[in-house]
Amino acid sequence: MLTDNEMKELEIFATKIRIETLKELGYLGFGHIGGAMSIVELLAVLYGKVMRYDPKNPKWEDRDWFVMSKGHAGPSLYATLALKGFFPMEWLKTLNRGGTDLPSHADRNHTPGIDMSTGSLGQGISMGIGIALGHKMDNKENYVYVLLGDGECQEGQVWEGALFAGNAGLDNLIVFIDYNKQQLDGYIDNINPLGDLRKKWEEFGWHAQDVDGHNVMQIHEAIQRAKETKGKSSVIVLHTIKGKGCTFAEGIELNHHMKFNEEQINDAISALQKEWEEKERDLR
Amino acid sequence: MIKLVEKRKPDTVMMRDVYIDQLIEFAKSDPNIIVLDADLMHSNGTYRFLEKFPERAINVGVQEANMMGIAAGLSATGKIPFTHTFACFSTRRALDQVYISIAYNKLNVKMMATDPGVTAAYNGGTHMPLEDIGFVRGIPTITIIEPVDTVMMKALLKDITYSYGPFYVRISRKTTIRVFEEGSSFEIGKGIVLREGKDVTIIATGIMVAEALDAADLLASEGIDARVVNIFTIKPIDRELIEKCASETGAIVTAENHNIYNGLGSAVAEVVAETCPVPIERVGVKDLFGEVGDVDYLKKRFNMTAQDIAASVKNVLLRK
Repeated sequence: MLTDNEMKELEIFATKIRIETLKELGYLGFGHIGGAMSIVELLAVLYGKVMRYDPKNPKWEDRDWFVMSKGHAGPSLYATLALKGFFPMEWLKTLNRGGTDLPSHADRNHTPGIDMSTGSLGQGISMGIGIALGHKMDNKENYVYVLLGDGECQEGQVWEGALFAGNAGLDNLIVFIDYNKQQLDGYIDNINPLGDLRKKWEEFGWHAQDVDGHNVMQIHEAIQRAKETKGKSSVIVLHTIKGKGCTFAEGIELNHHMKFNEEQINDAISALQKEWEEKERDLR
Repeated sequence: MIKLVEKRKPDTVMMRDVYIDQLIEFAKSDPNIIVLDADLMHSNGTYRFLEKFPERAINVGVQEANMMGIAAGLSATGKIPFTHTFACFSTRRALDQVYISIAYNKLNVKMMATDPGVTAAYNGGTHMPLEDIGFVRGIPTITIIEPVDTVMMKALLKDITYSYGPFYVRISRKTTIRVFEEGSSFEIGKGIVLREGKDVTIIATGIMVAEALDAADLLASEGIDARVVNIFTIKPIDRELIEKCASETGAIVTAENHNIYNGLGSAVAEVVAETCPVPIERVGVKDLFGEVGDVDYLKKRFNMTAQDIAASVKNVLLRK
């Protein structure tokens, strides 16, 4: 369990990630803002507390792996990796520019700290299973964390992976689903509803939990429970809000990919900076 | 160095068995070799690897896309995964996973694609991959190999296993015609001149190599001196040898167990057009779906016999 201070520090880290993500997208004026903002508390908990990694040695063989299957959320992952020192903060200004090492979708051959290239949805879970199997074969204790989008769960391959891993008992594999209830074309319930994801995954043989995906304490505790569950893969359904914390994106139906002007981005960053300062004061 | 058998006849062993026996040999001293199959272990012969190394053989069930992704993940941890399923499922069914999870990620997966072309025989049109080379050839970095017989399959396996990068291997499951003597050796990326000739070059791959050699015999009896070349590495293709043959013989016929679009014939035509334009004819399936039947029936049905190759040679010579 996190102490009060640890919790506050993670919340501050989350706000920092949001600010840097908006700056990074702001240089460009458009991008995958909705799904980048909804996963920020997860990134804060993973990179702020849970995962083993070495920013100076991203391929460290004892590291935990992170496969972000919803590859389009690259911007907030890049902000997180930069804040943790995997590469210079300056790189964030180059998102999606020709020749950049920060492409819109996560790419292991460009970006230090990216374990697998993703973006074609549904593929990350299978790759995560392969990595988890490889570590099991070598009796290694690395954890593999995979992040799926909710719209992504409409892909058949996700359920191929769910069935296989559910039967394989890979307890070194922890999958998160960013259940923000929206996909590119709008609300999931108006397109192809997913229903009760936790129950579905349980039926596939997984240890499954529902948590508030913007509550760092709940995320952290759910990961601890997942790690204590032996002989089963775990899924943690993060109930989130698409565009969370971005004044002009949150609550908008079509916020998967947005264009925005300088004023919008500056207002959104100012609001977050205010939040950050308040949290810092509260911590002291 | 290669040596041809004196009298070509059906092999006494199946290609899948020779392959898996050799892989088992490597796996005895290399714990990184992993076998994956998608519910075709008894078709592909991989159950024998499972019997030897149960902890390193994974039957994912009927999940080809998942299998390709799992193989990619295993490779990322340093394993050398070999995937097995029919060539139609290796490509049509899981192409995006082959492209993104394996190739784009620069991983080291060996895709063993069984029952290429008309060797899908009794499984019929739905299972007959006549376009798989075209799919894979458009993906950067994948080496495409089509072994001719068991001697070649066995000899190439070491390089396939230990050359880092994705391989797509079109492997027959059953018996093929033996072309090479034991002890022949092969170099990936290098074509082989099987028979010298000065009037025309027949460039063949896979099961069409035996047909091409038969065609050259038929043509010799009519006074036509045909060179026969085997291109077993379809990508990267041996441009130097193709250019040399075009220049020295002035006409080319290709022979492949595949649609004439996007396979060996297309690849050879690209090189010839770019280096030394000469007339070309392509023997293979003429943009048709596959059908059910035995291999001999299907070769006749799709005009892929030695006689068809000989007829194409005569056509191409008229254009020389």
